[in-house]
Amino acid sequence: MKLTCEDVLHIALLARLGMTDAEVERFREQLSTILENFEILQQVDTTNILPTAQPITLQNVVSDDEVADSLPQSQILANAPRKEENFFRVRAVLE
Amino acid sequence: MPSTGKTKGVRQIINHNRLTIHQAHQLLKAKELSSLELTKAILERIHQAEPKVHALVTITDELALQQAEKADKLLAAGNTNPLTGIPALIKDNMCTKGVRTTCSSKMLENFTPPYNATVVQKLNEHGLVMVGKANMDEFAMGSSTEHSAFFPTHNPWDLSRVPGGSSGGSAVAVAAGEAIYALGSDTGGSIRQPAGFCSVTGLKPTYGRVSRYGLVAFASSLDQIGPLTQDVTDCALVLNAIAGYDSRDSTSVPCLIPDYTQCLTTELNGLRIGIPKEYFVAGMQPEVETAIRIAISKLEELGVQVDWEASLPHTPHALAVYYIIAPSEAMANLARYDGVKYGFSYSETDNMWEALAKTRQHGFGPEVKRRIMLGTYALSAGYYDAYYLKAQKVRTLIRQEFDHAFEKYDALVTPTSPTTPFKIGEKVDDPLQMYLSDVCTLPINIAGLPAISIPAGFADGLPIGMQIIGKPFAEETLLKIAYAYQQATDWHKKKPDI
Repeated sequence: MKLTCEDVLHIALLARLGMTDAEVERFREQLSTILENFEILQQVDTTNILPTAQPITLQNVVSDDEVADSLPQSQILANAPRKEENFFRVRAVLE
Repeated sequence: MPSTGKTKGVRQIINHNRLTIHQAHQLLKAKELSSLELTKAILERIHQAEPKVHALVTITDELALQQAEKADKLLAAGNTNPLTGIPALIKDNMCTKGVRTTCSSKMLENFTPPYNATVVQKLNEHGLVMVGKANMDEFAMGSSTEHSAFFPTHNPWDLSRVPGGSSGGSAVAVAAGEAIYALGSDTGGSIRQPAGFCSVTGLKPTYGRVSRYGLVAFASSLDQIGPLTQDVTDCALVLNAIAGYDSRDSTSVPCLIPDYTQCLTTELNGLRIGIPKEYFVAGMQPEVETAIRIAISKLEELGVQVDWEASLPHTPHALAVYYIIAPSEAMANLARYDGVKYGFSYSETDNMWEALAKTRQHGFGPEVKRRIMLGTYALSAGYYDAYYLKAQKVRTLIRQEFDHAFEKYDALVTPTSPTTPFKIGEKVDDPLQMYLSDVCTLPINIAGLPAISIPAGFADGLPIGMQIIGKPFAEETLLKIAYAYQQATDWHKKKPDI
């Protein structure tokens, strides 16, 4: 699977990952090589095989709907890069 | 106050032979040593060895001394917990309340968690003395600890070589005597491969055995926390403390936890082990293969029945399965780093989308970006079926193959890594070569199995690790085999001269 620079930029946009031109070229090359190696999986017959999402047999883990303490607001906001009063400060979504 | 001569003796043991948890506990219990004296000796050792190995991101001297004083009070009051007052190191992807938790990433360089990971809370209840946080590959993505955003960690057996990764700091600290034991995390070999490269004992428990609450998520269907220790007895002691159900981790399995020290006997008669031939891959270093075959013969002498012709035919597919599934899960888990609630935030723009893209561009290092890109590609429209879904189906085949093997064998034995530690810089720009160093450990995470790496020899002075793989929740079988091996050999007692 040979990727183009456009492919790399499209994936970077989906991942919201800013990138320099040099990074685009490096990832184009490296990801192409890695994806080529993944083609080995196409040789495996997986007809009627169900996918595995996680390796243990636990299913439908639920918890009781109980009120419990949560962390105080001040502690939650302590790591915020931008805050105002008791809120996270974000940039305008609609301009 | 105890004499200075005694403290000097402890320093000598730490510097030359290292001290195990069980030895230290005996000294503490007999009042021949206090936790404060032990902690001071370890901190001194850290300050002496760190300029050479760079295993710690954060040294918590003050906290350690406070915890040691508290532990001494508990011990004086008759506490007999084997971990009380023992200095330890925690990998820097486990949340420690009030102590910076960086994941060795610029993204979390200034992140101080408001809560403890369950494993840290449990160790605190056992009288933890935390001497610091261990360096790692950024977000646990890597096999050499060169992908730390801060500095690479050096292998104490040869400072020009990597210690393995991603729990490289944890393995080095234990090997160099900077901690009596350490916690690591293992998503594709990140406890076992550095344990092998540094000649320490490292256990990845079964998926679901140890709570991941407070472990910064990398790949949620693969991640597991485990101990890195001087020997198997210590490994059992730490597992006793950290294993068990936790309602805050929905993948944690509600089943009874045995006392893991009870299985430490040398009675191996009747156990059957298989040697899967696919793990002796082309490109394997011949000295590694030879050492592992000698180690297996030793197990045979100890009473284990060995089948040298076991086979797991889908093994060659595991690398591709892993490097599709792990990055796909990682890209979803790392979507949370948006510079809003915590972490690095790009400030020189008022545009939301630009701020998001630039925060991630400048906050993440090259390997993390590579995995985010791989995962995003594998999950993107048009490629999901060919990559992600296909990998999940082959994952089923790999699991079934292990299930089938465990109908015949109690455990499987392989090398931990196909080579001895490589040079710093040798593979850092060649991602595929780096990925191949985990080829023997990845399949175990894919199947969710427990596995242990123990020292099994040296080639040109560089360590070789042996991996023992078990059935789900059969950690006792692994510990038993590994314990018997360590009773009959001295590899785990050899320490780097540093």
